[in-house]
Amino acid sequence: MTQPAQTDLITVTIDGREIAVPKGTNMIEAARLLGIDIPHYCYHPKLSVAGNCRMCLVEMGMLAFDPATKQPVMDPASGKQKVNWMPKPVIACFTNAAPGLHIRTNTPLVRECREGVMEFLLINHPLDCPICDQAGECKLQEQATAYGRGYSRFIEQKNVKPKRTLLGPRVMLDDERCVLCSRCIRFSKEVAKDDVLGFVDRGSYSTLTCYPGRRLENNYSLNTVDICPVGALTSVDFRFKMRVWFLKQTPSIDTESSVGVNTTVWSREGVIYRITPRRNDAVNDTWMPDSGRELYKQVRAENRLTAALAAGQSATLDAALAAAAELLKSAASAVAVVGSGRSSVDEQFLTRKLAAALKAPAWIVGRAGEGDGILLSTDRNPNTRGALVTGLIKALPGPQLGELAAAIDAGKVTTVLAVNEDLAAAGLTAAQLAKVRVIYLGTHANATSAAAQVVLPALTVFEKSGAFINQQFRLQKFVTAVPGPAGVSDDLATLARLLVAVGGPKLGETATTLWPALAAEIPALASVSFAGIPDEGLPLDSKPWAGLRFGEGASLHFQPAAAT
Amino acid sequence: MPHPLERRVIFQHIDEPGYSPDLACYLRQGGYAVLRKSVQRPPAELIDEVKRSGLRGRGGAGFLCGLKWNLVDRKSGKPIYLIVNADESEPGTFKDRYIIHQDPHQLIEGIMISCYANNVKQAYIYIRGEFPHGARILETAIAEARAANFVGPNICGGAYSCEIYVHRGAGAYICGEETGLIESLEGKRPYPRIKPPFFPAVLGLYQCPTIVNNVETLCHVKHIADIGGGAYAGIGTPNNTGTRLIGVSGHVQRPGYFEFESGKITLGRLLHEVCGGPLPGRKFKAIIPGGSSSKILRCDERFKIKQKDGTVLDWGYEDIPLDFDSFAACGTMGGSGGVIVMDDRVNLVEALGNLNAFYAHESCGQCTPCREGSLWMKKITARMVHGEARVEDGELLKNVADQIAGRTVCPFGEACSWPTQSFVQKFGDEFKAYAETKRQPRPVDALTLV
Repeated sequence: MTQPAQTDLITVTIDGREIAVPKGTNMIEAARLLGIDIPHYCYHPKLSVAGNCRMCLVEMGMLAFDPATKQPVMDPASGKQKVNWMPKPVIACFTNAAPGLHIRTNTPLVRECREGVMEFLLINHPLDCPICDQAGECKLQEQATAYGRGYSRFIEQKNVKPKRTLLGPRVMLDDERCVLCSRCIRFSKEVAKDDVLGFVDRGSYSTLTCYPGRRLENNYSLNTVDICPVGALTSVDFRFKMRVWFLKQTPSIDTESSVGVNTTVWSREGVIYRITPRRNDAVNDTWMPDSGRELYKQVRAENRLTAALAAGQSATLDAALAAAAELLKSAASAVAVVGSGRSSVDEQFLTRKLAAALKAPAWIVGRAGEGDGILLSTDRNPNTRGALVTGLIKALPGPQLGELAAAIDAGKVTTVLAVNEDLAAAGLTAAQLAKVRVIYLGTHANATSAAAQVVLPALTVFEKSGAFINQQFRLQKFVTAVPGPAGVSDDLATLARLLVAVGGPKLGETATTLWPALAAEIPALASVSFAGIPDEGLPLDSKPWAGLRFGEGASLHFQPAAAT
Repeated sequence: MPHPLERRVIFQHIDEPGYSPDLACYLRQGGYAVLRKSVQRPPAELIDEVKRSGLRGRGGAGFLCGLKWNLVDRKSGKPIYLIVNADESEPGTFKDRYIIHQDPHQLIEGIMISCYANNVKQAYIYIRGEFPHGARILETAIAEARAANFVGPNICGGAYSCEIYVHRGAGAYICGEETGLIESLEGKRPYPRIKPPFFPAVLGLYQCPTIVNNVETLCHVKHIADIGGGAYAGIGTPNNTGTRLIGVSGHVQRPGYFEFESGKITLGRLLHEVCGGPLPGRKFKAIIPGGSSSKILRCDERFKIKQKDGTVLDWGYEDIPLDFDSFAACGTMGGSGGVIVMDDRVNLVEALGNLNAFYAHESCGQCTPCREGSLWMKKITARMVHGEARVEDGELLKNVADQIAGRTVCPFGEACSWPTQSFVQKFGDEFKAYAETKRQPRPVDALTLV
């Protein structure tokens, strides 16, 4: 999408205040810029306009011109040009900026319209807020409070519709709560490209349902839950788990692929309850894949590593670090370092420093998956570009650690430092693993941790702060949402202390203290501080890596460089 | 036999003994001569004739046909479609079906002339699902006309070609709304489109410029092409030219369908002379003049009509001329020409209950006010009729209707609220009395207007 040029700005007047907006801007967005809220249900900034809820009705007028002379008609009282107000209200969502356009959002007529729509939406609504999962983030609740009549005039029987319909494996529908805004239908068709939802029956008996024989099971189905303005669509995973007003929101990044979808992690007292997308118009708009929402489950997985191990015995971190340093130093120049495209930029920087201190070659594990053209790319590492930018690697990684395997077979490598990567999953055989001594820093138990001489427990992305560089070379940070398991130190501290233990330089042990070193040493990050990374990310100069052949196809806001 | 007060143009052959809907009969009566003549003329000339005629659309809104044709986007390079709105579904309206059933070739000739005038290559007749017989008649007639070179390639041996397709609806009132019709024709739910920007003249069928005309309107085009726009404008009254088809149902001695010069006879003469007045021993109580959605008139109501010269006319219902503007001046509309008459035996609460049931059933459900409001109004009147009326219900009904009209995607909002608004406004005493009188509950399904 191209940004409109400044010359395309059109001045409109909302409640007497002027604002210049780009051509094509609708009045809900224009009013938002002035801090004026125009309530709505069906309108969504990232979907086509349906105009069906009628909550955004406003008064509209145009500057008056004499039809004969084309001269402005002046109002003698105010000395300003007269405005011809239309007798009927119009929907703000489908009223786009036009020269001389005036709207009024707070008149008796507008208030009456909103009261009317609110009343209509509530007469057949079950009003089951006490047991509704949407409570606390429900547009009906919010707008009933702000714009409703405050009492009911409805004494008839309410309509009865299906309750607890499982639309797909992850989405539950309560048709009685549905306000028929069609956001979910439009999302499925327009964004997920899976035209599976629709209405059947008509009038007030209209009912949302799946196409016969189909289910809402695409990997974006839970976005319908996010955009449902009411409690009609709820997440099977999240429903009845926690009241949303108890949850703390922390900005994070989806680690599933190089797209770097912006997310919000919702937690209470150290426990994560759900992950939802965080709007970033340059990356993921307001969407995220369903698969990324489940990643929080790794935090409390049964095979989580929570204590350091040395020689198969539980050890203090200090003892384990000393044992690791001893192994690494004693291996002379037969050490290899396996870093990770899942590690943050700062961790990759320290991993590179470790490799340098140990004079060891370093690889990262390439991870490929199917791209869906939306928000999952073929590069399933969130931070391959971080490894390039920090200098941990020079070339794009392959899927298998072929060079390392050959070096082990040849006896050139006797000791491997594996950071956040399972070597067995990355292609090393059990025999090769048995041949080397392994120091493993990781979050979960696996074949590598089982074979390792030293195990250093690590934190998941939800338990630490850091930054990834996505496929657009956009530096995006994530922040600690919940504390890690008791006794597990921050990965940066573990790596920094290991670096000192093997004779390397002393560097910062937190993102804030480490970043000055990154900024000083890495040209692309010059003058960047961790705190200074904006919420929407920071585009970096990608030119130094323009020659590399990244394999990703197009995604929502990413076009691969033209093949040369 | 037509009534002497009638002037039959469109209905010339309706119910004529020996007249049949086949091509041979139509040709014996001089059929398709106007089409033959018209395709020899420059298309723009035909459009001018229609403009000169002052023809107003007969579907209900009375929009100038020539102006509608003028608004069509002819510069986009996209094909122009013509859609014949044969979804005649406004309760009280039964005129188009007689054209379709008894004189289908008159319609086809009107369609082809209109298509030729507007450079249309494909026309669709959207006929309501409840007219299966009419659809078959049209299919047969189109096949006959195609075989005789009046439809299809090289019409009348010339260079112009145009196809007509019949498309049957599935039984929804909203498909009579032109953009709902277009959605339905495209194979979608007939949710009316938002105007602006989706005016059919610019973004109609398949987002191409589209003309949607009523069956009767297109038949008038045939006669305009025949006698010329100027001569046609001489029929009827200024601004309400030509003849109008009127259907009268309800409590009159002789209900039926008629054709009059617009504005030349009054509602009083229609009901008393043509239709024979009220049934024995009864009195007229109320009239819905232009299809069920038009606002009801009280028979003892007086209408003060301001004239341009400043004088004020004092009309009763019987003084209202049968044309668009006079009904509009009386606060209602001529609409589709469906006159529904109710006598003093009718209870207006029950009658409104019937109408509200219809509109609640037919609301498409797209936008909130109509979807929820129409059903709410139905539930209120149904409850009243079931013996649980409250004194405040009339006021509540009107307020609900006020929350619908003017706030919806399409004119259905007005269509479903005008009956309630006008019934309660004009017969408020009856709504109060209904609540105050103890009565046996009546099943609402058993209620009918007649």
